[in-house]
Amino acid sequence: MKKQFLVVDSVRNIQNDIYFMNLTGDCHEISAPGQFINIHVDGFYLRRPISICDYDDGHVSLVFKTVGPGTVRLARAKRGDLLDVLMPLGNGFDVTKCGVRPLLICGGIGLPPIFSLARTMVAAGRKPQVICGFNTASDVLPMDKFRELGIEPVITTIDGSEGIKGLVTDAMAGADYDYVFACGPEPMLKAVWQLAPDGQFSFEARMACGFGACMGCSCRTKYGYKRICKDGPVLFKEEIIW
Amino acid sequence: MVDTKVQLCGITLDNPVIPASGTFGFGREFAEFYDLDVLGSISIKGTTREPRYGNPLPRIAECTDGMLNSVGLQNPGIEEVCKTELRDLAQLFHKPVVANISGFSLDEYVTCAEAMNSADNVGIIEVNVSCPNVHSGGMAFGVDPDSAAEVTAAVRRVTSKPVFVKLSPNVTDIVPIASACEAAGADGISLINTLLGMRIDLNKRKPVLANKMGGFSGPAIFPVAVRMVYQVACAVDIPIMGMGGISSARDVIEMMMAGATAVQVGAANLVDPYACKTIIETLPATMEELAIQRLEDIIGVVK
Repeated sequence: MKKQFLVVDSVRNIQNDIYFMNLTGDCHEISAPGQFINIHVDGFYLRRPISICDYDDGHVSLVFKTVGPGTVRLARAKRGDLLDVLMPLGNGFDVTKCGVRPLLICGGIGLPPIFSLARTMVAAGRKPQVICGFNTASDVLPMDKFRELGIEPVITTIDGSEGIKGLVTDAMAGADYDYVFACGPEPMLKAVWQLAPDGQFSFEARMACGFGACMGCSCRTKYGYKRICKDGPVLFKEEIIW
Repeated sequence: MVDTKVQLCGITLDNPVIPASGTFGFGREFAEFYDLDVLGSISIKGTTREPRYGNPLPRIAECTDGMLNSVGLQNPGIEEVCKTELRDLAQLFHKPVVANISGFSLDEYVTCAEAMNSADNVGIIEVNVSCPNVHSGGMAFGVDPDSAAEVTAAVRRVTSKPVFVKLSPNVTDIVPIASACEAAGADGISLINTLLGMRIDLNKRKPVLANKMGGFSGPAIFPVAVRMVYQVACAVDIPIMGMGGISSARDVIEMMMAGATAVQVGAANLVDPYACKTIIETLPATMEELAIQRLEDIIGVVK
């Protein structure tokens, strides 16, 4: 974990208010899919925590949604700009625990960490099933990166305009799995948690520091309080209290 | 060579820079970034008699040049702090620390002060009578001179260590409260705690914080802090730890000119984990620019 500068390589609008950003710099400390980086945005006091979508020792890519003035400003970064970041943060997914038939589930902008998890699992010789849920066809994110891994994700949309009509939990009914990895809005996580025999769940919270100092994102678990930023964002099924 | 040392109630600090309570945990997270021994001291996470989980989430909101928090004194309780946290901290930081304690009754303050009195690495006890994030306690003691004096006297009786009382800015006039603490035996005053604030989520038409209101900190409150430190310094004869929005070596010097003997750095640690280290490293050059040989010479120079 350190504070450093990354160079903006490219920023691309891939979908309504969703952006893809490629950054270059020393990324060798990233140790697990599901970790995040905390980015200083000029003119804003607190950093913006953003999940890592893909990485290698010298690059990191992010997919983020503009949800307020800070992320809008971040999306305006230009090639060559330097970003002041703290990274890598959080525990990430534990890929050593994944059952025999892992199922990866993401809702909306919960996709990035699920993609890097899928890539890590494929590199380790596994072929996970993937379900991606969205509100409507125009929200569906590009799936070509999954296809490059040899994975055809099952798409669900609430209005049925693409893929299966309904929620990710409707698609779970047709899947054969014994372990679930999930990232998405909290109601989705809770619904998946109720169906999953076992698994890991990536949470989101408003945070100040991102490295465990401020207690801004503490949540109760069966094993005492945990900080989403430092002890999470990934929690195991058995420890989660809703 | 300039001299950054300051004397605080008989304790020599290598420099006046102390991370503020609640922004530095018990040091562990920051030891991953740098050697904590560069710090003057450390004010530990506010400790209560019982363990506290704190307030519901969200607890953090952003503001222009600052932030709100409504953490609500989350801490493992005095027993665990003395048994584990202070001992672990002693491995990472080899100087006396400032033990920040809080309570909901006089008894709780006294119990915490007694326990901290027997902790070897506690140099100063900082009595927080000003947390804005807990109901029916904390700040209630700090908004009235009589009750602030009562807590001060009760803690004073059970410890041989210097007692600082950490005051709230959420009062009409801070001076009589500081004076009452001094008269009740306080060895020093810490100020300011956070200012009570609120933000609203325009889309949801609801407060951002689950607790609705929270403590406002960061560079935006610095002028308020300088003003209050100045007012208190003019009225009392005991040393002051000045805090509120400090983010640079120049801020440290400004706070000391206003009357602070030492300073605490809070919110800055959360946006830049190296904030205190950077301030300490840039302090000598900043002193030279301003023709300051001994940092102690500028304490309260502004009249």
